[in-house]
Amino acid sequence: MSPIDAGEAVTRALREEWARVVAALTRRFGDLDIAEEAAAEAFATAVERWPADGVPPNPGAWLTTTATRKAIDRIRRENKRLDKHKEARLLYDDHPPEPPGAIDDERLRLIFTCCHPALAMEARMALTLRMVGGLTMPEIARAFLVQESTMGQRITRAKAKIKTARIPYRVPSAEDLPARVSGVLAVLFLVFNEGYLATGPGTDPVRHDLTAEAIRLTRLIRALVPQDGEVAGLLALMLLTEARRTARVSATGELVPLGEQDRGAWDAALVAEGHRLVRERLATGVAPGRYQILAAISAVHTSARDVRDTDWSQVVALYDQLVRLDPSPIVALNRAIAVAELDGPEVALAAVDRLGDRLAGYHAYHATRADLLRRLGRSQGSRAAYDRAIELAGNTAETAYLTRRRDQLG
Amino acid sequence: MQYLVSVIDDGAGLATPTEEAAIDAFNDRLRAEGHWVFAGGLGSPDPATVVDNRGGEAVFTDGPFLESKEYLAGFWIIEAADLDVALRLAADGSKACNRKIEVRPFLGG
Repeated sequence: MSPIDAGEAVTRALREEWARVVAALTRRFGDLDIAEEAAAEAFATAVERWPADGVPPNPGAWLTTTATRKAIDRIRRENKRLDKHKEARLLYDDHPPEPPGAIDDERLRLIFTCCHPALAMEARMALTLRMVGGLTMPEIARAFLVQESTMGQRITRAKAKIKTARIPYRVPSAEDLPARVSGVLAVLFLVFNEGYLATGPGTDPVRHDLTAEAIRLTRLIRALVPQDGEVAGLLALMLLTEARRTARVSATGELVPLGEQDRGAWDAALVAEGHRLVRERLATGVAPGRYQILAAISAVHTSARDVRDTDWSQVVALYDQLVRLDPSPIVALNRAIAVAELDGPEVALAAVDRLGDRLAGYHAYHATRADLLRRLGRSQGSRAAYDRAIELAGNTAETAYLTRRRDQLG
Repeated sequence: MQYLVSVIDDGAGLATPTEEAAIDAFNDRLRAEGHWVFAGGLGSPDPATVVDNRGGEAVFTDGPFLESKEYLAGFWIIEAADLDVALRLAADGSKACNRKIEVRPFLGG
């Protein structure tokens, strides 16, 4: 096997096996920090050895065994004089692995622990991306727009709190479940978004592993609380977004905006499933939450066979509803993009400019301004906005698209 | 595992008779369910004295070590299997005494 193939196999194993390895080690050693470090060491060993030795027939089992050995080494190092009883307990796994099929619950346990309400929301997201998503510290730091050292401290502090305050490693009891689920949804949405707009110069523009993982985990949560409207809403939103995945990046690796996508390339099965979920929620007559509204917006877009058939007044009406629930500047920015189609770029630009204070560090703010200025024929301002957007955008496909648009300015 | 459950008073003052009755009922439940370790009321920090004997001679200072509108007005020490159990008890405790509450694990608990 060539080094490149081996490298790919390690990358694949990392994505597929990371959460399982971390979950298995956390269950066995009762310590997230040991689990994470040992898993990371095992993956580093794989990167080193697999190119020469070949990829083992069962990469997951190899990684778990190697990580377990690393964990035991660390525990021995830290407790130099282990008594015989402890030593025996360390080597004998008294938490036997779950039968096949129960593995999903194992990862759910990991998610609920990472998303515990006694942790700050930022820490929950970071921890889930690290422990469940397997993202590296720089990737997570970028997803949160903070320094790597800040992110490292945040994760270290969260792990220490889980240990010292004894945050349990389990799926919460029925009475705690509804409140705990909404925290998990916020985290899964972020994981999905990181996959959908992956960052980092060497990264694929769309990381299907992350979007697929977020969808898979959301389905698991839905099986757990099938009556929760927001779970259904988030799942629908993810499916309708995922359906457009292949149409969203061109053959040359450039982002294709919604209006220019080949709608025939959308995944019809995912669109149908997403629409079904949205209709199901509408039929309940219960006031929709944030995810259900976003899913409904996505449903309007995916219902139009041609971009010219888009019901923009419906989109803007849904954004108005969303603004009342979530007055964040990012929602206002997305609303302005829809307003541009309904009332023209001049009106939209005025709305976007009002967000400048709060979104100056957000690439989409500058990309939106650049596009609106271009449509208004204001090339100079547009070029400057494209420059700023390119500087801030972390996604390779997006950078390619923005660069071409800028270079096409007269 | 033991947790310190601190009652934070932000100006409400001493417990009313209704609050006292609710606290008594909560305490009975803690004992019945095996969570009880210790509890005590402290009232306002006005009568506190700060003692510092790190130098040559003990220095006594009148008043609390921290002047604040919010102060520790009482506490429970509870036994709980994990933080979920402790937080659920603390939520009921907060309702009973009608005050904000802080939950902290004891070291090596």
